[in-house]
Amino acid sequence: MSGVRLSGSIRRRLTLQLVGSAAVLAALLFVIVQTFTRDLAEETHDRILLASATSIMDAVSVRSGEVTVDLPYAALSMLSNVSDDRVFYRVVLGRDTLTGYPDLPMPDPQPGDDEPLFQTLDYKGESVRMATAVRRLSLNGVPTHLAISVAQTRTGQVERLDALSRTALMLGAGFFAVAVLLAVWAAQSSIRPLRDLAGMVARRGPKDLRPVARPVPAEMAPLVSSLNSFIDRLRLSLSRSEDFIAEAAHRVRTPLATVRTQAENTLHRIERPENRAALREMIRAIDESSRAAGQLLDHAMVSFRVDSLERSPVDLTELMHELVDRLRPVADLKDITLVLEATAPHPILGDPILVQNAGRNLLDNAIKYAPDESLVRVALNTEGGMQTVAICDQAGGFPTDQLDQLTERFVRGRNAEGTVGSGLGLTIAREVAEAHGGRLEIRNTQDGAGACVTLVFPSA
Amino acid sequence: MRHAGLSLCLILWACAVSAFEIEGRERFGPADGRVLRVLSTTDIDILRPLIDSFLRARPGVAIDYTVASSAQVMQAIADEGERFDMTLSSAMDLQVKLANDGFTRAHRSAWTPMVPDWANWRDHVFAFSQETAAIVISRAAFSGIAPPRTRQELIDVLRRDPDKFRDRVGTYDVAVSGLGYLFATQDARTAESFWRLMEVLGSLRVKLYCCSGEMIEAVANGQIDVAYNVLGSYARARRDLADRIVVIEPEEYTNMMMRTAVILKDSTEPELAGAFTDHLIAAAWSVPPAPEYPFQDPPQSVRALGSTLRPIQLGPGLLVFLDTLKRNRFLTEWGDAVQQD
Repeated sequence: MSGVRLSGSIRRRLTLQLVGSAAVLAALLFVIVQTFTRDLAEETHDRILLASATSIMDAVSVRSGEVTVDLPYAALSMLSNVSDDRVFYRVVLGRDTLTGYPDLPMPDPQPGDDEPLFQTLDYKGESVRMATAVRRLSLNGVPTHLAISVAQTRTGQVERLDALSRTALMLGAGFFAVAVLLAVWAAQSSIRPLRDLAGMVARRGPKDLRPVARPVPAEMAPLVSSLNSFIDRLRLSLSRSEDFIAEAAHRVRTPLATVRTQAENTLHRIERPENRAALREMIRAIDESSRAAGQLLDHAMVSFRVDSLERSPVDLTELMHELVDRLRPVADLKDITLVLEATAPHPILGDPILVQNAGRNLLDNAIKYAPDESLVRVALNTEGGMQTVAICDQAGGFPTDQLDQLTERFVRGRNAEGTVGSGLGLTIAREVAEAHGGRLEIRNTQDGAGACVTLVFPSA
Repeated sequence: MRHAGLSLCLILWACAVSAFEIEGRERFGPADGRVLRVLSTTDIDILRPLIDSFLRARPGVAIDYTVASSAQVMQAIADEGERFDMTLSSAMDLQVKLANDGFTRAHRSAWTPMVPDWANWRDHVFAFSQETAAIVISRAAFSGIAPPRTRQELIDVLRRDPDKFRDRVGTYDVAVSGLGYLFATQDARTAESFWRLMEVLGSLRVKLYCCSGEMIEAVANGQIDVAYNVLGSYARARRDLADRIVVIEPEEYTNMMMRTAVILKDSTEPELAGAFTDHLIAAAWSVPPAPEYPFQDPPQSVRALGSTLRPIQLGPGLLVFLDTLKRNRFLTEWGDAVQQD
């Protein structure tokens, strides 16, 4: 993540948005359920109050011009089915109270208005709900009206509504809790393809420049397609530059060999010491260039073969034996003793050309940097499923602060100045080892007299 | 003006009795200290054991116990604003009306959940007994006649021999007695046979009484042979009269009255009133009831029997018969039935 500027997290934003909308929906659900139950409870209460008033109205009779009411038992007892609340009623004819609670406030019936009236008002220190039924009648030829009000306190209703509110609240909270869980899950699963892709790209080896082939969701197609085309361009550009380097090295090496031969011929022919010294210096420079070109070619070859690694059984013992034999004449020139310590076969699965190339570069390096009449030791070992090839010299070791950078391209040890070299040898060895699933270890010897460079390969 | 309607109702109903009259008064406990003033329709002697056990647990507390008829209780509280802490009454309708019209206060304690829902109205009215409305007959007068088991059988017996029973039947004067009115209205609500029975009683020149006690005495003394709608608990309590009277609970249905307690809103000792209410509740609704509990039937067993016992329901339905017009109409019809001259 280092070096990447962050602008929040998709998952967090998605989770928050989903949780936020769940909260809004839960609140809405709570309000709707509560409003609905409140309306329903009030309507139920109103209906029973009206039924009570109507049943009293039905019990009104006119006998010889006298209005009388025979209050039915059910008129008031039906109200106790709703709740244990206090009950009040009043029957009014014109302006006179026939019976009931004379101080119960009643609405003034409007002429022509025969609809039942519902009111919430305060009576005897409590909030009551009241229904009023009105009937028009003519008494001795005089039109008048009969109004019947039935009222009930609302304690029970309020208690029931509170209980319903609690239920609605629990419903809302439960809904919210479920929605939060779903939101977290949804956010997780929606970014999973992205995380999978990131993981897949991150797990790739440094040389893996294949396009992303696995199926991805439609929304990620542009990203993956851009990534693939980017990878493609990168690979093209890399292979072009490798090709270019290989081509350049190849074209330089052949003329250089010709130039070297000519220079040596010339050296035999001139007598003057200062000219001979100049010519030797020239030959040394040509060697350096030729060697660099060789290593560049090696590197290009290694890069190419690593891209499509072919594995076949390779015996490290045999391979190193052959290599030591081949380089012994070079070592003899400096009176360097080459020792190979291997008693048993050390089999691995790999590309013999690459492994040989790596070994040759390391051995070459060791011989080149080792002082005259010193010892270069090649030791093969088996350590916990890995086969190791350690090449140790007595060249004074590497500067310890540089150990990590040595395998970078064209990086050379500070103490290597004055010796022919390009700085590609260790890079090639490392790339070969890593391509085979192994590694390269660079270590100075304990006495500080030299260094050991070890190729580590998994056993076959 | 606030209780004008109520007053009118009470005036009509109390029939010429216009002031609060008491039937008895006794002070229990020490002369000084806190006093709980109880206005009750229950005879002092019946509740004495419960009062004693209450005071034993509370030294320094006294109870001023006043007995009045249920109508007088209503008048004292609703109309004359007499200062009492609580009322105990057998007139369930009047107790409910006191609660409905806001003269009482709610009471909740550790004991109140013991009271079944049907015996507790709004945590204001608490029942502490269930007592039957029974028929009491004279054992002597009915020797040789099978005692009636239902109202219809009673009607048949009375009709068969009107000369024998003329002037020898009695019932509550419903215009005077709140409990009598409650029993009569519940009868009228339940069965048509009630009106037939009233007409038969009227034709026999029925004698009207204020109280159950007097009716039981009258039967025992031989003044009358049949008393209708007498408190079964009072009749059974008179063990001394057991050889002279027979208590019959009619088999088609028997009304059950609940004696109830309310704590008044203006009480100056609400805590003490609550404690006494709890004492009554605990005595009545414990299983078995407290040893000093004076009423016969353990109230809880009544409903479990699934019998013909009909407990009168606490609730606003009781207010219907207290409606002025309804009451006047009922009293007129009842008067027409029982006074046929």
